[in-house]
Formats: sequence, structure tokens, C-alpha cells
Amino acid sequence: MRITTARRIAQAFFLALFAWLCVVATVGTRPWQWRGWPIRWFLELDPLVAAGTALTTRSLHPGLLWALAIVALTILLGRVFCGWICPFGTIHHFMGWLGQRSRPLKRRMEANRYHPAQAVKYGILAALLAAALLPVGKMALATLQTGLLDPIPLVTRSFNFAVLSLGDLAAGRGVASRFYSGAGLIGALFLALVLLNLAVPRFYCRFVCPLGALLGVVGRLSPWSIVTRRAKCIECGLCDLDCAGACNPVGPIRLSECMMCMNCLDDCPSVEPVGYGQRPSPAGEVAAPGISRRDFMVSVAAGLAVAPLARLGGATAGNWPAGMIRPPGSVAEEEFLARCIKCGECVRVCPTNVLQPAGFAWGWEALWTPTLNNRIGSSGCQANCVACGHACPTGAIRPLSLDERMGRGGFEAAGPIRVGLAFVDRGRCLPWAMERPCIVCEEICPVSPKAIHLEEAVQATRDGGTVRLQRPVVDPARCIGCGVCEHECPMNGLRAIRVTADNESRDRGHAILLHHESQ
Amino acid sequence: MSPEQPIPQGLSQTRREFLRRSAQAGAAIAAAGSLSAWLLDRHPPGDFSRMRSLDARRDFSMRSPGPSMGIATGRDRPAMLRGALAALGGIERFIKRGDRVMVKVNAAFATPAMIGATTNPELLSELVRLCRAAGAASVVVTDNPINAPESCFELTGIGPAARASGADLYVPGPGSFRSGTLKGASLIRDWPVLDEPFFGVTKLIGVAPVKSHHRAGASMTMKNWYGLLGGRRNQFHQDIDGIIVELSMMVRPTLVVLDGTDSMMANGPTGGSLADLKETNTLIVSTDGVAADALGATLLGRTYRDLPYLVRAGALGLGTTDYESLRPVRVAPANA
Repeated sequence: MRITTARRIAQAFFLALFAWLCVVATVGTRPWQWRGWPIRWFLELDPLVAAGTALTTRSLHPGLLWALAIVALTILLGRVFCGWICPFGTIHHFMGWLGQRSRPLKRRMEANRYHPAQAVKYGILAALLAAALLPVGKMALATLQTGLLDPIPLVTRSFNFAVLSLGDLAAGRGVASRFYSGAGLIGALFLALVLLNLAVPRFYCRFVCPLGALLGVVGRLSPWSIVTRRAKCIECGLCDLDCAGACNPVGPIRLSECMMCMNCLDDCPSVEPVGYGQRPSPAGEVAAPGISRRDFMVSVAAGLAVAPLARLGGATAGNWPAGMIRPPGSVAEEEFLARCIKCGECVRVCPTNVLQPAGFAWGWEALWTPTLNNRIGSSGCQANCVACGHACPTGAIRPLSLDERMGRGGFEAAGPIRVGLAFVDRGRCLPWAMERPCIVCEEICPVSPKAIHLEEAVQATRDGGTVRLQRPVVDPARCIGCGVCEHECPMNGLRAIRVTADNESRDRGHAILLHHESQ
Repeated sequence: MSPEQPIPQGLSQTRREFLRRSAQAGAAIAAAGSLSAWLLDRHPPGDFSRMRSLDARRDFSMRSPGPSMGIATGRDRPAMLRGALAALGGIERFIKRGDRVMVKVNAAFATPAMIGATTNPELLSELVRLCRAAGAASVVVTDNPINAPESCFELTGIGPAARASGADLYVPGPGSFRSGTLKGASLIRDWPVLDEPFFGVTKLIGVAPVKSHHRAGASMTMKNWYGLLGGRRNQFHQDIDGIIVELSMMVRPTLVVLDGTDSMMANGPTGGSLADLKETNTLIVSTDGVAADALGATLLGRTYRDLPYLVRAGALGLGTTDYESLRPVRVAPANA
């Protein structure tokens, strides 16, 4: 079996595995739903996830030890991850092949020549890591934005929100009950990146991918590489024909660009010249990434400015957005932003679909991070559900036990986890404002005893009669902010009872009551 | 295209090269592994068992023999302060050479001194001067006011008075607080408390005016410690008596000075009109804030029984509401 055949099998396998792990990342009773599948695995393998969160939190979340395997593999063999494993890379690879296959050889070879702009991705990597670099005091100056362009979170997010949703639609499988706000933008971005391959194969991998850049830097340590013996080489240039990395295999090879696709071995018309062997290649090598020192410094400086600029709006201080409700078990906002990689696993796994990727409404720093939208989904945030925390690869949402979530079994003193607090809008509520009985919110409240109680009133009506009304009142000591009331409220547009993040458990500074612990 | 490199000659050279690169790769993997092991987070985030339990207690009390309450009557605050202190044995009994003194004023509002909502600057000046004269190495004046701190310290006259009399003014900022939990407390738990200016401080004096307070009933020396709280402390208004009692558990001052020369009888704690003030002609210096406030309550026409926090603090033994049991020394300084 040729090495390129082995590579294609590996690529197909990992892409299929990735897609499968996305598919099963839903909670339900059907056989294809989550049954202990390691749905976080690809994200945990990603060294950029590990490096980014390690910078912002000065610690390594346990599951991210998997990334060490990829780092070791890269140190030994170069960017094998890019060429053999990365599911996003495989999609690009396939699309690139699709776009190139019917073109003349000359154009194909030209499309795969090294381009100086391939150095841009090292600038992107430097900027993203620099943004995560400065935990002064309480991480006030670090923000983790690697997830915007890190291929594994990007492709996970795109699959979760766009690709699989379209699949659901095609299969007619209850898609009407699952919405993802802002999925259009996520899907369009994914589509654009994939279609760019028709113009330039592996465009994203070569020019944008910060993970590829990181692995390119690490891969310089490998003892082996593609080697070219010029003495036997007729310089036909066919080694460029299907070269994934545009790494100039004829020599001197751009080591940090080579994705170990091994196509050059296949395409070389002779047996001798191009091979795989000990470094350095007789035809020479360029080990260092193509970024200039000046461009590198500019990227770092720009990255360093990102977090301070993002925080100028005060969204992590006094101006925190009360409408942004984080899922149960989320850590306090600054650490949340230091951990969340915007992969969307929690959103995908949420059984009620109440969890949504944030748009720009809560600031661009929080883009695509998870937030509750009680108008979407089947019924708010289930009081006895802990799925999202167990889907999170980085600990932005803690993997709660049911006991901790519900405030029992040793957690009685702390009480149940509160994600927010419901407020009755008395100007919109039927019994408060419109002389009509309702109390749907009180009936549906899942807390026991109920967090919504009723005030009896006998109200004089317009026509001179009276009506007996029960009016809902929220008890802030009991409300967990689950939002079932908001979801069910018959005031269909702007609900008459709405949850904000006030009183959420994760931040002592957001508490509005004094005596939760002694409840 | 760069010129072709020579094909390596001889096996030994390539082998040496290979061994060097292999060692390099092995070392890199080992380094990545060790770094990962070192960074590995064995306590995932939000493990509340690790929550910092910092005892926020600040005890600056002295248990020296002698009277513990001096009451001066008159209108001249500096003279009354000197008289009341003299009745206790002089400032030298409390402030020793080399002491680093913190004076916690009430600078809550950016209003002029004459409104009486804040600590009187002349009184403060005299207190600072006495501390320096007794040999204090430094005196720092501070508060965490409600209005903008800079405006508060300037407009109340407290800042100028502090500087003119040889004290340092400490204006708190975001880095001034540290979260702590007070042992036995149900409110001061993982809560930011003014911390930075306490560094090196050996004596603490609280100086507050007598004011009515719509939520707490009255604001005197005990309520004055509210200014040590940071964060969104307004939520403590849900249990104002509880927080005032806990503040007295947290802070044991060396001395308190309660200024009832004028008392704010209504519209507290902000006041805003001279009509809110009444000449009550009394200044109290005491080692017992509960006793001082119990006496202060009478200036407002009430007793300690009207102020639940005083009753609770007395029951907890944080001080005595029966101030006469302290056998206060009453003085009426000449010209005061």
C-alpha cells in the first residue's frame, strides 16, 4: 500500500470520526445520541486549545493533556496532524483536489508554489497568543480569542450549528425544534473558507490556520523530513503537482509549511530524488517560518492590545451585560472568557436548545460563547440537567454533578445553581396589567417549593364588575433563573416574565440577596 | 533556488547529525511533557472548597488600665477633643512613638463640612496633630466614600485638613480591596474589604459625626465602619443591623471619636440643610464604640433600644450599651 493511500484512509477515518462525535453530541434516548462517546476528543487533541488556555489560566485543564500526544507526534514527524488527522484540513484537502483535478498540470503546479503570504498565519498565531499572554492581577488583560480561527473549534462550531443542522433539515428530523441564532454567519464563514479551496488549494491551512502555524514551529524539531537529492533530480517540478502545504519540495524545502501529505513522493516521476529521510535535505531546507522579525513584533504588539481594548467597555466590570445568561456551572466571566474556545459543544449538547451562540450583542469578545435564550428551545434550562458542563473541553463550564446543580446531597448549604433571576414585568403581565387570569409561570415553575407565588387580588373591571386575580410574584431566594417561566409566558413577543443574570451563582458580586447560604 | 548543499560525506557524519536531532526532539517532548505535568490543573475551576477563607479580622484595641470614655461639652471641637482625651489620660496612653495610625473618617458624601454629613475637618486636623505630637510615625486618613472619592475628600475639607496637619490621604481605588471571610459571619463572606492602607498600621481611630440614618436609624461610629467595605455593598441594606454588627466584629479600633457638637436630626445620612442640624454640644472619645453610640443615640432623642444593632452588639459583648457603667469622665473645657 502506498503511503498516500494510508494517508487518505487516515483522513477519511478521522473526518468520519469527527462527524460522528458531532452527531452524537446531543442528549436523547436514540441510539445515535450521546452514550459516553468522547465528544470533546478532537478539541482536547488540539495543542492550540491547550496553549491558549494554559496562557490565560496558567494551568492545563486535565483533558487537554491529549494535546501532548499531538505535540510529541509533531516533534517526531512534523505536521502529520495537518496532513493526516485534522478534519478541517481533510475537507480543504478534498475541496482543493476537486478544484484542481481537471486543470492542466502547469496550473496545478503553479497553484501549489510557495507564496510569501503563507507567513501571515504565523502573525495570526502570534497575535492570538499575545492576546492571551498577560494575566496581570486577575487575568484582567488576557482574552482567549484563539477559538475564532483555531481549526478544530471552528470546524466543530460550523458542524454543530450549520452543517449538521442542514443535515437534520434534509433528514426531516425535528429541525423545527432546534435553532441556532447567528448560525447563518457561522455557516457562511465556513462555506467561504471551504470554497476558497477551489481557487487556492488548502487556502485556509496555508495562509490562515494558527494551529498549523503552531505545529509548523514545533515541527522544526523533527529529525526527519522530505528530502530531495538534486543530483538525480531533473527539476521537472512535478513534486508541486499535489503538494498540500506549498512547501517547495524540490528544495530548499519549507519545513514549517510541509504537511507530510507525501504526495511529492507519488508525483516524482523517478524513484530516487524525492524521499523521506534524515534532515537536512540535500537540496536544502528553510526551517524557520517565513515571517519577518518586524511582522512578528507587530503581530505581538497588536495582540497585546486586544484584551485591554476589549475590556474598555466594562463588560467584565460594572457594565456587565445582565441579559447574557451563562449556562449552569459556568465560572465567573473573566475566567470564562479565559477558557471558552467558542466550539459550541455545550450548545449542541443542550437538550432543550435554550443554549445559543452569542452574537455581537454582548460585545465581540463574547462572540459565539454560550448564552441562554429562553425564547428559543423547548423549555428553558432544565433544573436537573448538567449536560453542557460535561461537554465543555476547557472547564469554562464546570462538569457539575446533579447534586451540586440541584443543591442536595451535601450541597444543601450552597443551594441549587442559579443562572439568573426572573422578573415579572407588571406592565405586560395579564393578571397584573390586563385584568385576566393566567399564572402559567407559577404553574410551570420547576422549583419546589415554587419560586413564583401568587398574590390574590379582586380587581374592579372597566365595565363595573370585579374579577378575582392571582398575580405572580418571584421569590429571589428560590428562583434559579431556569427560564421555563419566560419560555412558557403567553405574552409571546416580549415576555411578561423575563430572566436576567442578576443573582447568578457564579459571581459573588452579582448577588442581590444576602442570605442564600442559610436558606 | 539556493545552491545545492553538498551531499553529506560518510555515514558517521549523518549519524552524528541524526543523533543530535533525535536528542533535540526527545528533549523537546520531555520538556513539553514536564510543562504539561507542571501546569496540569488538579483542581478544576470553581472548586469552592478552595475558596479563600481569609480572616478579615482587624484588632487594634488596647487593654490598658484607665477610663474608657471621655465626654466633653462645648462648641470648639479641637478643645473638646483635647479635653476628652485628657480625661482618658492623654493621647499618649493610646499612641506611642513610632505608631502608624489609620484614621477612618466619614467622607461618604461630596458635601461641605457645614452640612454635617461628614467628619469635621477641624476635628480631624486636631486629632492628626495630637497623634503626630505623640510620636506617631505616620497617620493615614481614609474612607471608601459613596460619591466619587476624590470629590468627597476635597469638598468635605477632609483632604486639605489631612494634608495640612501632616497626615497622608489614602484615596481607595480598584486595587485597594481584598476579599475575605470573617469567621462566624454570615454576611462578610468572600467579600472585598479595604486592605491596602492597613499595611503596617498599628493603631486605628474612627471619627464620625452623629447623624440620623433612614435605614439604620442612626449612623455613628459603628456604622462608620461600613466605609471599609468594597464591592456592591448596597445589598447589605437588606440586613443593615446585621452588617453593622459584623463590622464591629471585624474591626476593633484603638479609639473612636463621636462628634455630637452638631447632630443631624433628620434627612440622614446625607442631610443637605442646616435646618437638619441641632446643636447638641457633645464630643465623645471612647475605646468602646458601642458605648459611644449608645450615648450618641440620646443626642438624637433616642436610646440604644431604638437601634437594634446596638442591642445585638451589646448582647454579643462587642461593647456595652450601658455607657454609664464605664463611669465616663465628663469635662467642659474652658473656652470650648
